[in-house]
Amino acid sequence: MIQTHTYTVQTRTPASQLAAIGAAILLIVAVAVPLFASRSLIQDLFFILTMLTLAQFWNLLAGYGGLVSVGQQAFVGLGAYALFGAAILWGMDPVAALMLSGIAAAVVAVPTAFFAFRLQGAYFAIGTWVVAEVVRLSVAQWKAVGGGTGTSLPPDARDFWGVATVESLFDVRASAARDIVTYWLALALAVVTVGGIYWLLRTKRGLALAAVRDNIEAAKSVGVDAGRMKWLVFIVSAFGTGVAGGLIYLQKARISPDAAFSVTDWTAYVIFIVVIGGIGTIEGPIIGVLVFFALQSLLADFGSWYLMVLGGLGILVMLFAPRGLWGLISNKTGLQLFPIRRRLYPTPKK
Amino acid sequence: MIWIDTIAQGILLGGLYALFAAGLSLVFGIMRLVNLAHGDLIVLGAYLILLVVSILGINPFLAAAIAMPVMFGFGWVLQRLVLNRVLGEDILPPLLVTFGLSIVLQNALLEGFTADSQRVRAGPLETASVDLGAVTLGVMPMLTFASAIVVIVALNQIFYRTALGRAFRATSDDPVTASLMGIKPASVFAVATGIAMIVVTIAALYLGMRSNFDPTIGPARLIYAFEAVIIGGLGSLWGTLVGGIIIGVAQTVGAAINPEWQILAGHVAFLVVLLIKPRGLFPRAYD
Repeated sequence: MIQTHTYTVQTRTPASQLAAIGAAILLIVAVAVPLFASRSLIQDLFFILTMLTLAQFWNLLAGYGGLVSVGQQAFVGLGAYALFGAAILWGMDPVAALMLSGIAAAVVAVPTAFFAFRLQGAYFAIGTWVVAEVVRLSVAQWKAVGGGTGTSLPPDARDFWGVATVESLFDVRASAARDIVTYWLALALAVVTVGGIYWLLRTKRGLALAAVRDNIEAAKSVGVDAGRMKWLVFIVSAFGTGVAGGLIYLQKARISPDAAFSVTDWTAYVIFIVVIGGIGTIEGPIIGVLVFFALQSLLADFGSWYLMVLGGLGILVMLFAPRGLWGLISNKTGLQLFPIRRRLYPTPKK
Repeated sequence: MIWIDTIAQGILLGGLYALFAAGLSLVFGIMRLVNLAHGDLIVLGAYLILLVVSILGINPFLAAAIAMPVMFGFGWVLQRLVLNRVLGEDILPPLLVTFGLSIVLQNALLEGFTADSQRVRAGPLETASVDLGAVTLGVMPMLTFASAIVVIVALNQIFYRTALGRAFRATSDDPVTASLMGIKPASVFAVATGIAMIVVTIAALYLGMRSNFDPTIGPARLIYAFEAVIIGGLGSLWGTLVGGIIIGVAQTVGAAINPEWQILAGHVAFLVVLLIKPRGLFPRAYD
């Protein structure tokens, strides 16, 4: 007798359902943080959230798209300068200008991709770095936003959307209110980023992306347009990185080309976060950013030793645990908080 | 005749960039490894030469000769212990490991030698020049250029005339078949990286004597080297020299127009070549 089964496709696991509940509770707490937290804690959380956003987008590029970019600082800097330019030259509200940050980065990403995609594999990495240098050197010529020395956000632009409301609501000074508003924006950005990437990976496009990552030839043979997937990932990552860049410099309120286009701050740190946490997973950058922040707090007084430890740790992880800390955990436990693997479950016949 | 002078200076500067690039090109050609720490290794070499010069009080050229076997050993050990483990189909591990190495090297040098800029003193050689009528050329730039040619000739000789070169080419073409013939790819790679480190030491000698350096300048040297390799076409050392010359001339011409445009002009020249000839001017390798 032939047995027939019907199956349902499911990505959900019990662990992921628990994780979703946990994430919802965490989110509520995170939104409420400014009610009770000190200003320095809010600034630390802002840093963690923006680094997490940058790490998720780099992970999307390298971990899923196979595009190892060392030039993401181009988009951080562009996003930041777009915001400063719009605020200084057009008097635009910086919060509204955040959209412009993303658009500016995405627009420049088009010619960047055009050049960089001509370079194969590892050379792509240095190609993106060259483009980032070109952008940095060009922006340093832009006198209206301070040229090579940089500039500060003008006083009227510092009183951006939401600051006055928070100021009166929480009864704090304007500078503290700015930190609270930028913190909430960073929280929203991180949530939208993690949620958006998770959603993307679960769609048909995400499946195509994973196929391209695992074996590009096999993916092409079943009709995946690998070239188009790479374009999509590159532009989306540039947009998100640009918005994050704009937000980071909105909070700093002071910008210079060397800082905004720093390869250490916006690419090296981000790469180590993703590699140490676990590349090619959504959980990886989350763990990575926590480890990174802990290391930074512990070793902040040791200057360059800190970066040496970080670099050494990155090398060790790549040598002995290429799938990072999260890879170790999920190998041992089979745990997946953001499952994207489609599993078949037999449905009993009625 | 300012333009002839500018272009002559640019061509000679190209020799320095070709020296930066030759080691990168060698390693890539044999094991398809792009070493993101290449620029920092050049800076490491420069500090090593500086150290030997200041301890022994000898001529920089002699100091470089002492530094060469040390750098060879460093490259050999690095390849054996670290890089051989990450070579493979996946390009991500070697890239990330060498990027980590770059950060470690920069900060180790920062810790060891501080951020002060340094220079390897070469005495009267630094300012000596030769008057050729239309142009006056510095002895040091000419020496750099001549060294680049010597290095390229020597590497080509090793590559095409020796048993070691045959092993290099065989491993580069097909490591599995090469290992059937009694070649150990792991050892061949270690020797190749060692030789690349000797070239790096020569590049470091001229970097140190010609300009000030500090621990942070490595990445920029990597980028110039990379641009020279891509412009020349992967796998062609003479192409790399041409690539270096194009970057050098673009930089000196850019600087002559506006000093702020020097570096930018070099990068733009690279992008233009990439636009017109994506595989470089003299492509040989197909990956």
